[in-house]
Amino acid sequence: MSAGQGCGAPAGGAAVPAGASGEAVIEGHVTRAGAPLPAGYARLLNDGGEFVAEVPLGDDGGFRFFAAPGTWTVRVLAPGGVSTDQTVTAGYGRSTAVEVSV
Amino acid sequence: MSRSDVLVDADWVEAHLDDPGVVLVEVDEDTAAYDKGHIRNAVKLDWRKDLQDPVRRDFVDRHGFEQLLSERGISNDDTVVLYGGNNNWFAAYAYWYFRLYGHRNVKLLDGGRKKWELESREMVTAVPDRPRTSYRATEQDASLRAMRDEVIAAIGKRNLVDVRSPDEFTGKLLAPAHLPQEQAQRAGHIPTAKNIPWSKAANDDGTFKTDDELRALYQGEAGLDFGKDTIAYCRIGERSAHTWFVLHELLGLPQVKNYDGSWTEYGSLVGVPIELGEAR
Repeated sequence: MSAGQGCGAPAGGAAVPAGASGEAVIEGHVTRAGAPLPAGYARLLNDGGEFVAEVPLGDDGGFRFFAAPGTWTVRVLAPGGVSTDQTVTAGYGRSTAVEVSV
Repeated sequence: MSRSDVLVDADWVEAHLDDPGVVLVEVDEDTAAYDKGHIRNAVKLDWRKDLQDPVRRDFVDRHGFEQLLSERGISNDDTVVLYGGNNNWFAAYAYWYFRLYGHRNVKLLDGGRKKWELESREMVTAVPDRPRTSYRATEQDASLRAMRDEVIAAIGKRNLVDVRSPDEFTGKLLAPAHLPQEQAQRAGHIPTAKNIPWSKAANDDGTFKTDDELRALYQGEAGLDFGKDTIAYCRIGERSAHTWFVLHELLGLPQVKNYDGSWTEYGSLVGVPIELGEAR
């Protein structure tokens, strides 16, 4: 039985718009002088500038967030006191790519 | 209790990491982070495998905590310094466990793993060999932990602090944005809760804000009544442990509990009230 039929409540609850299971992904990579930067962090801020999440960069300098449709800021923190922001727009069912060079 | 009793900085750790009687413990949301590199002499606790009951939804019991710390070579008299990624959120969660089970001398490394890494301080992969101990825990301190019925009874009476992101509070997201969003529960928040995201207590480098800044944030900006008892919650109880640390350990409020059932329990209960949107 699929969610939303019979006695099953809709997956994700009433307040979550249709298509939520498609995810609104924001992902990308951080490089320094053309090489992947694994020693750093990516932060996601909402359109009000509020902190939403933070992840350490992967071995390939990569990061991924599961956001909601809308405008977001990706902030990258890297050794040497580096902090750089990029604004991105996310939508359900697609992945928004962000490439950051620090 | 003051800031110097519960927080140490990176210079203190560098100066004391070889001291007998000081044990560094890394606890990360990303449980593989330790294996890639950690502060020398640090042992690892896995918040999921080590700190949770493998069958029931509850955390490790008193006997299990004793076995865990004995196996890691931690003694009752040791000074335990916890640190981790993401502004110490899982380290703060472990700190709360150590307090629940009566460990006397436990501290957080201010800024955690992130500040240490961004300052390019020494990281190693060697795992220390600590001889087994016979750790003795106390019974859980019930004054630090809120259960669901107490939370429902507190609606409109005590301070309820929802420390999730604004988008989780209003019901736009069901989990932090670095995690998949599928969940079989309702979105929203507990009625009368104030939304003070845990992350507001930390600077970008992961260190805690000053006591004056924290008081301005919770009391001034958010209007929390410091004369009332307080319950903090989030999604699974780890970010709210960070806020519990701020309110109880840094600011010294006497009655603060962490509701570790948090939204994944409350948002799945039948018949309880839920609010959507902004706080009313």
